[in-house]
Parts: sequence; structure tokens; C-alpha cells
Amino acid sequence: MSALERRQVVAELLRDRPADLLVVTGLGSPSYDTMAAGDDDRNFYLWAAMGSAATVGLGLALAQPDRRVLVVTGDGELLMGMGALATIGVKQPRNLTIAVLDNSRYGETGMQESHTAAGVRLEQVAKACGFPHVLRVSEMSGLGTVKAAISARSGPTCAVIEIAAENPPRVLPPRDGVHLKNRFRAALGFPTL
Amino acid sequence: MGIGASEAAAEDWPAAIFDILKASDVRQVAYVPDAGHSALIKAAQADPGMNATVLTTEEEGIGYLLGAWLGGQRGVLLMQSSGVGNCINTLALQSCCRFPLLMLVTMRGDWAEFNPWQNPMGQATEASLRLMGIRTWRADVPADVAPLVQGAADMAFNGDGGTAVLLGQRLIGKKEWTK
Repeated sequence: MSALERRQVVAELLRDRPADLLVVTGLGSPSYDTMAAGDDDRNFYLWAAMGSAATVGLGLALAQPDRRVLVVTGDGELLMGMGALATIGVKQPRNLTIAVLDNSRYGETGMQESHTAAGVRLEQVAKACGFPHVLRVSEMSGLGTVKAAISARSGPTCAVIEIAAENPPRVLPPRDGVHLKNRFRAALGFPTL
Repeated sequence: MGIGASEAAAEDWPAAIFDILKASDVRQVAYVPDAGHSALIKAAQADPGMNATVLTTEEEGIGYLLGAWLGGQRGVLLMQSSGVGNCINTLALQSCCRFPLLMLVTMRGDWAEFNPWQNPMGQATEASLRLMGIRTWRADVPADVAPLVQGAADMAFNGDGGTAVLLGQRLIGKKEWTK
């Protein structure tokens, strides 16, 4: 397993962020990593419903086909909702990228090994589900390909990024779901209740 | 419209639901197939203004409809009662984010059920939804479907609420096992 630092990875993915890039994060460390890269009204951080990051991203991508949607999540989170890859494969949203920060661990609960430690390859699952673009990245230089895929909007992309098993200090996003929802919708020009 | 025509309209309750969804500007129809929803699913698939999405498991629909709402679109989630059990944890999204969530649930295990393995979840469906804060009504006769679905849609879309209408087995009819 490579030693890419997760905070550096997410900061690089979001560096020079396009104005139309919407971000959904899986609960736990991916939310902290994304918050650490800079809070933004166009970020929607999940704090629960493990396994739902990809489906939130799918619904958003289909409702906003002219914007780009990036899901930042972890291997354990995606494993819990792996069927979502099949659902995305059926819908083929051109503007959806799933970036999986894969440390083969459940970092939030004591670094227990996940299925990917035993060799489950999530990008291959995505490929078998019909994702036209799948990537496995183990060097920082490979992130350019991921960013190019985000920009290309040429079909759903699943990028598994091998990161070190580390728990950097938590950087906590806002926890009020209504606040997160309202500010996100406002950033897109939608009214709030 | 005479009484006879009115009754006939009520009998076609899937069409009545579809009309309510269209009038409510529902754009996303997420579903796990069920025989009781088959006409509605076909209608959604055939409508160019609707995006019908088949899910592998019902819980995907909760995140999916949250995402769609973040992106400005309304949706509905169609499932069988067994699927309610699959949704429980993800219903936290509705409670915490208060987004419009309309669920239409066809029942198994609540009346004239042939398969007893359907009964535990069928009997627990309504209580499970209420435990998770979803306002729930049930329709057992055709005439109740449209008003209950309309009310549930209004409370979901006008109040950012989580609502469900259970479509009972007395409404849908017995599942035939002898064919």
C-alpha cells in the first residue's frame, strides 16, 4: 500500500476547483479531509447513513446534469453501499466521479481491516457495473488523471486512490443537516423553505 | 361525472397516483420493483419528464432523493413493505436534513398473505416508519388512495417532510400462487 497522505490527496483534488463542481462526502474521515481543504457552500458533508454517499451523488448528478459532481468517500463507506455502483452503472450519469480514499481500514473505529485489505478491488467492481472510466492511483502525479476525468464529463468515473492508514487530526464540518442543505441549495440558486 | 364514472376513476388508483406526481412536479422516480407498483413504474418510464431509476436496495432511494433535492428536483420512492426495513438507518437523512421525502409502499404480510415469511416485516412496517419520524397513512380501498397520496405529497413538498402512504393488500389484491 502506498503512503499517499489523505489530506494532501483531497487538497489536490479540490485545488483550482471549478465553479460548477459540487462535492458530496462520505461520513468520517473523507468529510474531515474535505473540510480541511476548505469549507464551501457547494460541499455536502454526510454524517450518517453509511453507504449513502454514492447515492446522494447520483441523485445530485441526475438533477444537475450541467454541473460536475464529485463524491469523496472511503473504502468502508462504499463497501456498505456497493449496490449503488450497479445503480449508477444503469443510469450512466456523465457528470459523476466517485473518488475512493482507500486505506483498507475502518479508520473511524480503530483501524480494523476492510475487505479491500483482502484484495477486493472497488474500481474493478465499478468496471463490472459498467463505469466507462475506472482508475487506481498510487502516486500524487496520478491525481491529474482523476481531475481530468472530473472535468471531462464523459461518463461515470470511479477512482480508487491508495492512501496511508493514518488518522490526521479531525477537522469537523458543520453538523446541522438543515444548514448544510439550505446553504448548498442557496449556492445553486434554489429557494429554502 | 356520475357515481359510476367516479368509482371507475378511483379503481384506477395507479393512474390517480401518477397524476398527483405529475401535478406535484415529481421528476425523479426511484423504485425497487413490486407487482403493485408495476403500472406506476411503466408510466414513469414512459414519461419524458420523469427519470425512473431502479435501485438494488430501497435504502439507496433515500440518499438518491436527498441528492436530487439538493439539486433542485422533487422525487418519490416506490417500494414494497419489506423494503422499509432496508431503509431504517438511512432515514436519518430525512430527520437530520428535513428534505421532501414521499414514499409509496405496497404492503405484504398484512392481509391474506400466503407467504408467512413476509409477515414479520409487513406487520412492523407502519411502526418502523413512525419510529423513524415518517408521517404514515394507509389506504385499503381505491377511493382513499388519491386523497391520501395528495395529502402526503403536500406535506412532503410544502413542508420538507418525510411521508409515506401504505397501499394495503386489500387494495392491491391477493397474490396468486397457483399460476
